[in-house]
Amino acid sequence: MANGEFIETRRLDEMPRIQGEPLIAGCAEGEALFTNEPLSFWGGYNARKGTIIDTHHELCGRRAAGHVLVLPGARGSSTGSGILLEAIRLGNAPAAIILKRRDAILGLGAIVGRELYGKILPLVIVSEQDFDLLRKASRIRIDEAGVIVYEQEIFQERS
Amino acid sequence: MKLNKRDQQLLEGEMGAAPQMAMRILVQLGEVLGANEMMDVEQVHVDGCIYESEAHLDFAEKLAALGAHVILPTSLNATSLDLHNWQAWGVNTRWATKAQRMANAYLAMGCTPTWTCAPYQTAFAPRFGQQIAWAESNAIVFANSVVGARTNRYGDFTDICAALTGRVPKTGLHLSENRRGELVFELVGIPPELFENDAFYPVFGHYLGIHTRDKIPVIVGLPPDTPQDGLKALGAGAASSGSVALFHAVGVTPEAPTLKAALGGNAAERIQVTLAELNDARADLSSAQGAQLDAVVLGSPHFSLQECLRLAQVIEGQRVNPAVEFIVTTNRMVSEALKARGVLPVLVQAGVRLCEDTCILLSPMLRPAIRIIMTNSAKYAYYTPSLLERRVVFGSLRDCVASAVTGRVVLDESIWTTS
Repeated sequence: MANGEFIETRRLDEMPRIQGEPLIAGCAEGEALFTNEPLSFWGGYNARKGTIIDTHHELCGRRAAGHVLVLPGARGSSTGSGILLEAIRLGNAPAAIILKRRDAILGLGAIVGRELYGKILPLVIVSEQDFDLLRKASRIRIDEAGVIVYEQEIFQERS
Repeated sequence: MKLNKRDQQLLEGEMGAAPQMAMRILVQLGEVLGANEMMDVEQVHVDGCIYESEAHLDFAEKLAALGAHVILPTSLNATSLDLHNWQAWGVNTRWATKAQRMANAYLAMGCTPTWTCAPYQTAFAPRFGQQIAWAESNAIVFANSVVGARTNRYGDFTDICAALTGRVPKTGLHLSENRRGELVFELVGIPPELFENDAFYPVFGHYLGIHTRDKIPVIVGLPPDTPQDGLKALGAGAASSGSVALFHAVGVTPEAPTLKAALGGNAAERIQVTLAELNDARADLSSAQGAQLDAVVLGSPHFSLQECLRLAQVIEGQRVNPAVEFIVTTNRMVSEALKARGVLPVLVQAGVRLCEDTCILLSPMLRPAIRIIMTNSAKYAYYTPSLLERRVVFGSLRDCVASAVTGRVVLDESIWTTS
């Protein structure tokens, strides 16, 4: 992904913080998976495997289970809520989802996940600028208050 | 969030455990959406009745076990089975039992067994300006755009919660100020004959979904007599490739008598759409090349009576090649009307199989040997590669019939060029 020579990984606690707004409050930490393309969970997410399967999406084939998924929002069918819920039930949901906008489809999957199975999938919204900062994140941690810290691999441009 | 007395009573369980759970979910959803209060809706369309997973079944059976009963007229989406005929489609019994449990849970809650993803073409069609809570992306966009009813993009779970409580968060497309157009698509230089072809609408819808992103599009240049089924296919395509829940078509849809009215004072970017863009979108819908053809699937969303009659007109006197399976998905209201009009035998004799109550995207009913499918639906073309792991050729209704009869893909490209 990055051009150039690997220099260092900045640790989470050295990095600037982003204040997000927690839609579903909770703590999570995981590898970052970033996309700027909205995703339909129905037809786009395999709840049994925890992978993205939408053949039109840039992350098709990538595993999202256990990752902190950074996504502008959901798209397409409203059945997406139930697919996210099934992924939560099976333990194959992302560890958390960071969004650019309020999202009823994903919000609902997470609300019912807590209601039915007592499992918490934190959902946080961030501003447009903060969303772009997360593009380079390799690892992300979220706390109850919606504070996001992230780790970033630093590369030096090859001359 | 500000809650009224009845909301409080619902939340405190004074009206029973099921409405209490429903209200708790709706209030949390309201918080997620940033709503300040709740509001009434008058009608609900539920799509959570589909057996998509164990989680869906857990939720439905939990509510039913709590004694839930709807307090609003509530229609049900296409379910996961042709409920009367599933054995004929080779669906396995274990899966069918789960799907039937799912259907039974929603029937026990007092929903009406419409079993269709096109409720707007049944007696459940809403009225202009009516506040409703609808699920199923194609139904949502149709209700908002073509009828002018008002719904947000409800989905699994909220639909039934709204039906049990009569309440939803007051936000989004329920409010006039959020329904104004934000982006203008102007059709330029499209051959007039193309507007008369069924294939134009899904292709344009597919384009619109990709390019609209999260805005409300306004279309300029559709003929004033654009057929309802065209708007249906357009919306279904746009709600699959994008998240379009409302579009305006100037001179066609009820909230867009003029461009000015559709925009309501919004300054909007203008994008020109020519035949070249449409041809790109059309190519994007086909995931298979070549002549091989195993099946034709029509009716995503459910074919209307008009669409079935049109198919009968085109296919009458011909016979589908034995190597090709020809399936039309629709609801029982339409199939009964076809029987009453004596049209069903025309379709059956031509080799068309009607599939009721369900959707071929939802039900494991295609034979494994079927690899390449042809359709005139952008929604079906969009979802089939990922949901069914089959490839699709997109074509018009005429293309689909001609191909099914000859047994190989035949496409009339002439309609997509300027003469």
